[in-house]
Amino acid sequence: MSYRASFVVETITNIGGTALDVLSVIVIFQATKFVGGFTLREAILMVSLSSCAFVLADFTVGNIDRLSTYVRAGTLDAVLVRPLGAMAQLLLMDLPVRKMLRLVLAIVTLAIGLHVNHVVWTLPRALLVVGAPVFGAVFFGAIFVFSASLAFWWVDSGQIGNAFTYGGRDFTAYPVTVYGGWFRSLFAYGLGFGFVAYQPALALLGRADPLGLPAWAGFVSPLVALVAAGAAAIVWRAGIRQYRSTGS
Amino acid sequence: MSVIEMRGLRKDFTVRVSAGRLRRTKRTVAAVDGVDLAVAEGEMVGYIGPNGAGKSTTLKMLTGVLTPSAGHVSVCGLAPVPQRTKLALRIGVVFGQRSQLWWDLPLGESFALLRHIYRVPAADHASRLRRCRQLLDLDAFLDTPVRQLSLGQRMRGELTAALLHGPKVLFLDEPTIGLDVTSKQAVRSFLAELGESGDVTLVLTTHDLADIERLCSRLVVIDHGRVVHDGSIEALHERYGSRRRLVVDLREPLPPGFAVTGATLASVGADGHRVAFDLDSAEAGAVVAELVATAEIRDLALVEPDIEDVVARLYAAPLSLRHGLEQ
Repeated sequence: MSYRASFVVETITNIGGTALDVLSVIVIFQATKFVGGFTLREAILMVSLSSCAFVLADFTVGNIDRLSTYVRAGTLDAVLVRPLGAMAQLLLMDLPVRKMLRLVLAIVTLAIGLHVNHVVWTLPRALLVVGAPVFGAVFFGAIFVFSASLAFWWVDSGQIGNAFTYGGRDFTAYPVTVYGGWFRSLFAYGLGFGFVAYQPALALLGRADPLGLPAWAGFVSPLVALVAAGAAAIVWRAGIRQYRSTGS
Repeated sequence: MSVIEMRGLRKDFTVRVSAGRLRRTKRTVAAVDGVDLAVAEGEMVGYIGPNGAGKSTTLKMLTGVLTPSAGHVSVCGLAPVPQRTKLALRIGVVFGQRSQLWWDLPLGESFALLRHIYRVPAADHASRLRRCRQLLDLDAFLDTPVRQLSLGQRMRGELTAALLHGPKVLFLDEPTIGLDVTSKQAVRSFLAELGESGDVTLVLTTHDLADIERLCSRLVVIDHGRVVHDGSIEALHERYGSRRRLVVDLREPLPPGFAVTGATLASVGADGHRVAFDLDSAEAGAVVAELVATAEIRDLALVEPDIEDVVARLYAAPLSLRHGLEQ
């Protein structure tokens, strides 16, 4: 394996990223016992579900953010004349082994989150504990694709895109009860971020939603994920048709 | 049956121009403005035009990279954008300025990877590669990573990469750009051989008209997104009145008012010691005879019309005139 030093440094920074998410949640709980009506233990379950989903999405579709470089330089031309889907080619160009460790760390955090809470195990909950990260990843994957696609319309859209991907991850790391008013309505329910970690965590814990959504709301993440993926696919296809290439 | 068909093909780009301090207005620019062309199987077509004429844009619409704004386009009976991946199996593309190869992989491995991407049977792949290695002299750098190849080597690699899946149509966008004379010749004679076999239809854009003279029986000139000439090189000369030129070195200057019927005095240089005549209808011999009668000739040369000059005149002519010539 070449570039060993680079690999080590990237691995460490990658682990740092995930650890920081969890740490920031812990730090907030140093100031108060309850955040948004939830205890530290419950909040850790939420942040770990969110981490698992995000890291899994980042590992599989995170590479899509290189699209903006391809659009800017016009090198997407070369991708488009090969007999494979453009997205598949962008994703398969390299396998981000560095991000592997983050995934492992996120799973460990989830195990801890489940361990420190008293989850009464039933079959639906067992399915949920696997399904929530997977469909959460599909959801985040859709967000990745959507925000990368913005590059088809605005070449310099990188930061706007990041607002959705990384902003979305940070949003899901906390109970949605900490957010207020229209902001919560828009992100948690309008865009669906509330169904990545918050609602599934409630269902795992067997807690009633303080915001009044019924118990089955914890199980609708596949539906939300599929709608998001469908929307992202439409935006992607429109983007490919909108692609302008560059002068050559 | 035509392999490539375009009818009323258009591509508009929206450009935002600042108008005043904050206001920006949208303006639509037609990069390709209603192109009608049909290319038959096995034809070799040269596609030329000044920078920004719409050559590459047309090629990108034919290969499914860009979506046309209007009009009909089909290649191998397929619609390029909706059937892009299907079409990709039947066409080969070389964009002179966009590499198809993997920057960090040795050339040979890039070829092996392409075999999997295009799902080419191993035997076909091997025989095509063998032929390219022989004709393009690839063996010396087959194990070199692509980023370390010289431009000439890389271009030979690109050509091979575009042909390994046995495409029916080959699109070449400035395949000889930036190459030295030897590499250009290597690429040209390879393409010529390919064209002679007759199973590949070839469309190439270029600024180097020697490519066209060497390779293409049909020349399409595009300017401002419109086809201004479609035919043979000879037809182009005829239409734009290219004439042979007689250049004569004289002992003493010609007397003022000297004229020959059927020829135009094009230039006088070297203090009147060198004159050039464009031959309209007169034969070179007749002009020489008249000259000999007037002044002593030291040297003379007959210059064939140069395609570069014709095209330069074509590009420089105002658009209205060119369309006038069209009709």
